[in-house]
Amino acid sequence: MNQQTENRPGWSRDEMAQRAALDIPDSTYVNLGIGMPELVAKYVPAGREVIYHTENGLLGMGPAPAAGQEDPELINAGKRQITAVPGAAYFHHADSFTMIRGHHIDICVLGAMQVAENGDLANWSTGAPGAIPAVGGAMDLVAGVETIYVITQHCTRDGEPKLIESCTYPLTGPGVVNRVYTDLAVIDITPKGFEVIELAPGVSFDYVQERTGAKLISGQLLASA
Amino acid sequence: MINKQFGSTADAVADIFDGATVMVGGFGEAGSPIELIHALIDQGAKNLTVVNNNTGSGHVGLAALIENRQVGKMICSFPRTANSKVFPELYRAGEIELELVPQGTLAERIRAGGAGIPAFYTATTVGTPLAEGKETRVFDGREYVMEPGLKADFALIKCKKADHYGNLIYNKTARNFSPIMATAAKTTIVQTQQVVQAGDIDPEVIVTPGIFVHRLVEVPDPAHESVLVAAERSYP
Repeated sequence: MNQQTENRPGWSRDEMAQRAALDIPDSTYVNLGIGMPELVAKYVPAGREVIYHTENGLLGMGPAPAAGQEDPELINAGKRQITAVPGAAYFHHADSFTMIRGHHIDICVLGAMQVAENGDLANWSTGAPGAIPAVGGAMDLVAGVETIYVITQHCTRDGEPKLIESCTYPLTGPGVVNRVYTDLAVIDITPKGFEVIELAPGVSFDYVQERTGAKLISGQLLASA
Repeated sequence: MINKQFGSTADAVADIFDGATVMVGGFGEAGSPIELIHALIDQGAKNLTVVNNNTGSGHVGLAALIENRQVGKMICSFPRTANSKVFPELYRAGEIELELVPQGTLAERIRAGGAGIPAFYTATTVGTPLAEGKETRVFDGREYVMEPGLKADFALIKCKKADHYGNLIYNKTARNFSPIMATAAKTTIVQTQQVVQAGDIDPEVIVTPGIFVHRLVEVPDPAHESVLVAAERSYP
């Protein structure tokens, strides 16, 4: 579960999800993307009531089923088998995307290939020739959900920065990202660019800057910490 | 007298013609009308345009229809999935066309098609390559892209229970695109686990009213795609 490499400072995947979960308020409707964003549901602090939306037609998504309780007709957007909580509702795709495109979902947490300092997001295609383009619901989510959080490793596997001045991959949406949770820091998108509001334990501002393809601003909270 | 029941999946899909546009319900395996798709493979119609969120998996159902070279074009939002090998190979070889549509735009295009709305505006894709060449318009200071409604000659869908008039209820997340596809097709063909008498389904819980349904065929124990894929089955 913990994929953190031995001597590399920063948060593990679960710690990243845990940090993002702190920012999911009580009484919200939330859509979690496939992969690491799904982990966020595990860590929402007790006492907060959050309803999870999965765009294939369910409000009130619960955790994976116990062995023997699986139902191939009860799946999430990642096509993994899930459960429905008491009080859940099923609906068809046009209603589901009315919730997204009609601004009814409060928060969406997504993965990213690249995030630009103006909030542009690229997370659906590298644009490489021969790649099979696949977009799913990502463009609908970023266009229709007010608050977009991104959870991602700070750099690619090859060590290339994912937070950069402007995206080189095709966009999912322009100026849509509000906040980014990486293994190194929590970073807000502001009119002035990337503002670091929190650093992972043992990680310095300069260390993050060296791994970022755009200039970082040191947030107020960080300065007073 | 209204009678929408067909005796077999083969009879229900017999008149699907070469070049037809066919909407196929399902999101991944949930709601995929595998038995109707297999009947369409047996029937052999070619050069179909198929509308589905995905492109199937393994070598059964929608993937098998594609593998059997009956599909000239796919309209979908997410053509690659775990275990989907058939579409990517044909696409890379230039032997199948792809119209990639964001999932919400796909749903709304189908809804609009069924509702007699020729086109609508949406913020989805603005500023991305998928908006290139499309008409745009500004409303209240925000830019929107025009998208056309989408209709079909046939829809193949799966439900849990139907009554004699074609009123339908579904099972959990197997509902997905099926209710809107039923509205957008000239001929909607439904495989249902059970057909009951009119009045046996509470009118308050009916999801698809029978006016959108033209043909019913009972498939009491439908196959699950994941089970067939795990068993490495292929069709035909």
